Amino acid sequence: MSTPQLASLIIDAAFLAAAFLFIYGLKRMSSPVTAASGIRVAGLGMLVAVLASFLYVFSVSEAALPHRMVNVILAAVALILGLSWAWISGKRVEMTAMPQMVALYNGMGGGAAAAIGAVELFRAGEDLALIPLVVTIIGSLIGAISLSGSLIAWAKLDGRINGTWRIKGQQALNGTVFVATLALGLYIALGTHGHAPVALTALFFVGALIFGVLMTMPIGGADMPVVISLFNAFTGLAVGFEGFVLQNPALMIAGMVVGSAGTLLTLLMAKAMNRSVANVIFSNFGATGDEQQGEIKGSMKPVDAGDAGINMRYASKVIIAPGYGLAVAQAQHKLYEFVKLLQDAGVEVKFAIHPVAGRMPGHMNVLLAEAGVPYDIIYDMEDINGEFKEADVAIVIGANDTVNPAARTNKSSPIYGMPILNVDQAKQVYVVKRGQGKGYSGVENELFFADNTNMVYGDAQKVMVSMIQAVKSLDGGH
Amino acid sequence: MLTGFIALYIFMLAAFTGYEIIGRVPSILHTPLMSGSNFVHGIVVVGALFTLLNATSITEQVIGFFGVLLGAGNAAGGYVVTERMLQMFKSSDKKKA
Repeated sequence: MSTPQLASLIIDAAFLAAAFLFIYGLKRMSSPVTAASGIRVAGLGMLVAVLASFLYVFSVSEAALPHRMVNVILAAVALILGLSWAWISGKRVEMTAMPQMVALYNGMGGGAAAAIGAVELFRAGEDLALIPLVVTIIGSLIGAISLSGSLIAWAKLDGRINGTWRIKGQQALNGTVFVATLALGLYIALGTHGHAPVALTALFFVGALIFGVLMTMPIGGADMPVVISLFNAFTGLAVGFEGFVLQNPALMIAGMVVGSAGTLLTLLMAKAMNRSVANVIFSNFGATGDEQQGEIKGSMKPVDAGDAGINMRYASKVIIAPGYGLAVAQAQHKLYEFVKLLQDAGVEVKFAIHPVAGRMPGHMNVLLAEAGVPYDIIYDMEDINGEFKEADVAIVIGANDTVNPAARTNKSSPIYGMPILNVDQAKQVYVVKRGQGKGYSGVENELFFADNTNMVYGDAQKVMVSMIQAVKSLDGGH
Repeated sequence: MLTGFIALYIFMLAAFTGYEIIGRVPSILHTPLMSGSNFVHGIVVVGALFTLLNATSITEQVIGFFGVLLGAGNAAGGYVVTERMLQMFKSSDKKKA
C-alpha cells in the first residue's frame, strides 16, 4: 500500500471514530450525571480528527505540491494561535459572561465554514459540479451570516453595543439585502458556473456579512439567547454543507447533528418565552427593557432583610426563585450559605428555575452550580409550580418578568401567556430587588403590590449577608 | 463519492440523531449543551485544514489561514467553556460522599 493510500485510510478511520465519539459524547451530555465525561469523550473525538487531518499532506493535489511546506507551517501556526487564544479566553471568562462567549466561538465556526466556501469559490469552481457549487454558495451564505450576526450578539451581550439600532423600513432593507445577496450567489453558481470575477464573489460575501449585522442589530438583549441558539444551528448547517463540498463525512455528520439539535433548542427556548422564532427576529419586542421607574409606589411594602431571614428560619418550606439579578450581584455563594443555614435548621429549601432565567435557558443552573448548589434541590418550572401553594415563603431574587402574575391574567400585557413561576401562591413572598425598576419587558409587576408580598430593597449580596447574620445571631454560638 | 442520495441519507440520519439527543435533555443542561454542540461544529477546523493544505495561491493561503484560526478557536473555546460548566454540576449525594 502506498503512503497516500495508507494516509487516506487512517484519515477515514479517524473520522469514523470522531463521528462516533461526538454522538456518544453528546448523548452523555444529556444527563447531569454523565455530562462532564460526555464533553471529554467529544473532545477526544476532536483531537483524533484534527491530528489525523495533518495526514492530508500526503495526498495534496498536484497543484498544491510546491506550496506544501508553507501550507503545513501556516496550518500549524493558525492552529496553535487559535487554540491558545480560545483556551485562555475560555478559562478566564466569568460564568455570567458565558452566553456572549458561546456566541463568539460560534461566530468563529461560521467564519471558518465561510472561509472554506470562499476558497472553493475563488478557485473559480474549477472542478465543482453544479450541485456542490450551489451547496458551497448556501453554506458560505449561512456561515457568513452566522459570523457577523454572532459578533453583533456578542458585542451586545458584552455591553459593547448598547441599545438597539432601528430605522424606518428596516425589514424592507433587510429583505432587500438578503434577496440581493442570495440572487448574486445563485448567479455565481448558475450564471457563471463558479467562474465569476473575484470582485463579484467578494461582493457576495460582503452582502452576507452585512445581512448578519442588519438582522441582529434590532434585536434586544432579552431575546439574544434565542438568536445565539439560532446562529449555533446556522453554523452547524454551514459546516455540514461545506463538509459535503469537501466530501468529508465527519463534517457532514457533526454539522448536521448540530444543525438539527440547535434548531430544536432554538424552538424550545422561544417556546419557553411564549414567542415564535419569527416573532423574536422580526418584532423587536425585547428592546423595550431600557425603560426604568415604576410610577405606582404606594403599596409596595418594604421589610428589613434580617426580619425576612428570621421568618424563613422558622418556615418549614421555602422556595427560591432566582433571576439574572442574583448573578449580576454575585450573590450566589452567599445565597447558598444562607440556604445551608436554613437546611441545618430543618427547613426544606428548593430552587425554582424559570426556563429563561439568566441569559440563556439553563444559564441559572450553571450559575448556581458554580456556587456549589447541588442540582437535586433545583427544580424546573413545570415540576415545582404546583408546590408554591404549600410553601410558607417564596423568595424572589433578581427576577421580575418570570414571576409576574400579569402573564396569567392581564390580556393587554406584552408578556401575557408566558408561563411563569407561581410564587404569588405562597403564603409569604419576599422580593429582593435593588430598586423599583421594571423587568426586561418594561412591564409593571403586580406581584410587588400584592398583599402577601414584602419588598427587601438592596444589593442582593448585602441582603444575603444581612439574612445570614440575622439567622446566625438567632441561633447563638452553636 | 458521497454524492446525491448517499449524502442525503447521511444528512437525514444525522438530523434525526441531533433531534433525538437534544429532545430528551432536561432544561438545566440547555446552556452546557448549546455550548457543547457549539464545540462539536468546531470540527470545521478539519475542513479548513484540508483547504489550507491544498492551497495553491496567496489568496487561498490567507483565507485558509483564517479558516483554520477561526475553526481552532471554535473547537478549543467550545471545549473549555463546556468542560468548565459541566464540572460544576454536582448532586448532594456526591458532596456527602
